[in-house]
Amino acid sequence: MSTQTSGADAIRPARALDTASEARLVWLRFGRHKLAVLGLAIVALLYLMAIFAEMAAPFDPDHSNARLVFHPPQAIHLIDHDDDGWHLRPTVIPYRLARDKVTLAATYVQDGEHHTRLRFFVHGDPYRLWTLIPMDIHLIGPAEPGQTMFLFGADRQGRDVLSRIIYGARASLSIGLLGVANSLLLGIVFGGLSGYFGGRVDWFVQRTIEFIISLPTIPIWLALAAALPKDMSPLVKYFCITVIISLIGWTELARVVRGRFLALRSESFVTAAMLDGCSRRRIIFRHMLPALTSHIIASVTLAIPAMILAETALSFLGVGLQPPAISWGALLKEAQNVESIAAAPWLLLPGAAVALTVLALNFLGDGLRDAADPHGH
Amino acid sequence: MGRFIARRLMGMVPFILLVSITVFLLIKLAPGDFASNYAASLAASGETVDDSMLADMRQRYGLDQPLIVQYWDWMRGVLQGDFGYSFQWQQPVVSLIGERIGLTLVLSVSTLLFTWAVALPIGVYSAVRRYSVGAYLVTLIGFVGLAIPGFLMALILMFVGVSVFHTDVGGLFSAPYANAPWSWARVVDLAQHMWVPMVILGTSGAASLIRIMRANLLDQLNQPYVDTARAKGLSEFTLLVRYPIRVALNPFVSTLGFILPQLVSGSVIISIVLNLPTAGPLLLQALLGQDQYLAGAFLLLLCSLTVLGTLISDILLALLDPRIRYQ
Repeated sequence: MSTQTSGADAIRPARALDTASEARLVWLRFGRHKLAVLGLAIVALLYLMAIFAEMAAPFDPDHSNARLVFHPPQAIHLIDHDDDGWHLRPTVIPYRLARDKVTLAATYVQDGEHHTRLRFFVHGDPYRLWTLIPMDIHLIGPAEPGQTMFLFGADRQGRDVLSRIIYGARASLSIGLLGVANSLLLGIVFGGLSGYFGGRVDWFVQRTIEFIISLPTIPIWLALAAALPKDMSPLVKYFCITVIISLIGWTELARVVRGRFLALRSESFVTAAMLDGCSRRRIIFRHMLPALTSHIIASVTLAIPAMILAETALSFLGVGLQPPAISWGALLKEAQNVESIAAAPWLLLPGAAVALTVLALNFLGDGLRDAADPHGH
Repeated sequence: MGRFIARRLMGMVPFILLVSITVFLLIKLAPGDFASNYAASLAASGETVDDSMLADMRQRYGLDQPLIVQYWDWMRGVLQGDFGYSFQWQQPVVSLIGERIGLTLVLSVSTLLFTWAVALPIGVYSAVRRYSVGAYLVTLIGFVGLAIPGFLMALILMFVGVSVFHTDVGGLFSAPYANAPWSWARVVDLAQHMWVPMVILGTSGAASLIRIMRANLLDQLNQPYVDTARAKGLSEFTLLVRYPIRVALNPFVSTLGFILPQLVSGSVIISIVLNLPTAGPLLLQALLGQDQYLAGAFLLLLCSLTVLGTLISDILLALLDPRIRYQ
């Protein structure tokens, strides 16, 4: 094309944008969406945290201590005073258990004398990274081994809530990805069948999708999840829950894929390719699919939050992942009644993790969708 | 119009049939049946389990029949208004679910009205005053509303209720009215309690409806007919209400079909958290205990509610847009 430019075009110097690839254009459009970039950063951090959960968590999530039940959260202080004046170093103020002299109730009181010093990359609870590499380095923790630090408080068994949230990210975030991968597979297979054969098959698939969409999802999920045998191993249960969630979730994706495909079919560049005598296969894989990928990626990103919320809801109700498995929903189950929330409001923090993730993924997905739309402004 | 509604009603028959088959398969999916579940709970408490007693039980409840026979018996009962017998409660299912399904319906429909009442003006406002601080604020609140799962919001409200106002925000009635017969005072009491679940349930729906309304209206506001109307000298308000909002309302109504399933679905989980006397808590119990006819009745009725939603949205759409009626 560039060799045949007409006179008017030849005079104007070629700008970088004119020759940029589609992927680069999408990336540039995406970069202008500040909230979406922020969303991407948060999502990337969360997934990194989930991958390196053993290192990111300050303690072993199953490490319980009967004497630290419902330990309140501690704030990090950056300035530490001691005999030599003040230093810029992170510390937390330890608590100790004391009895109220009148009511004899056990309460935690701050012990201002000796601050617990914190350090990055400390040696702490031993673990096996990805169950393979034995290590004991933690991203942050008390400088002296044996000291405690509860940035997000402790639960009713004295386990560190922050560490449990970080480990819970593994199940919750990966269920989102696996569920969406499952849904996408189902969506592409059925959407493809529907589009390829047309006629009766299309009619049948479309009616099935309409039927599934019109069912209230949570009761159906509950029924399916409650039907799982109770003595399943956690790993098998994890996969079953993923499949159950995606059984309902695939319909939206199938609709998006099919709708996009049909819309693309009438685009002029597809007609042009057809008139050029391209084979059906070439039109689909060379012309239509690249135009479709960005849309699919955007819809997939927007579908992940729904999956994460579904897992959280099921585990929260006690039919999804169950302790000892750790997921955000299973952690929130601890905060199911008023008494425990009133006693330890920090048990709601896994919910904040869910909200943050869903919000970040929504921003990211919105930005991707806008960036993927070539007709957008 | 009458013919249109009749045709829609006819279309619902195969749908309901399909729903009933799905629901029946769902409640039969769990391994074992109520008898084996009962035996397991007896064994757990240390009692010996008599096999002949279990066989008796299966025969009495028809659990030993082939699936198709069980389905047929169940459907025949349902068509005559008999939803079977609850094993857990030792009561006919109808007496257990009547009021709960009614309250679920009341909750869902009033949440729907609340959602509309909130989403319509806010959606219009954020489209017309596109770059105002208020519009950005609405967008932000909408995003947060979509991100926080309903049950988490219920938990937070419960916490605030207990720690700040020292009241329990759960339930739908205060203690004296909980089991009282229906009276005007009980209705007032219900209204006083219902706003909490209504707000929780409605928030995410309202958030998505605001986005839909805003997008639709923005599409319409750039149309030439708006300029024409303005050139004719119509006041800005009359112009908005008479033309673009009417057109933008179309997809708004058609979303009713999927908002209602979402509301019914969401109400199940929220009512478990807030301990509402609606379908949710009993459905979960029935599913966990394999009380199949109780679970089946709830599932069947909840799914049918959503069909009703689609029907209402179709009728409203036909009223709103004559093109749909004569298709």
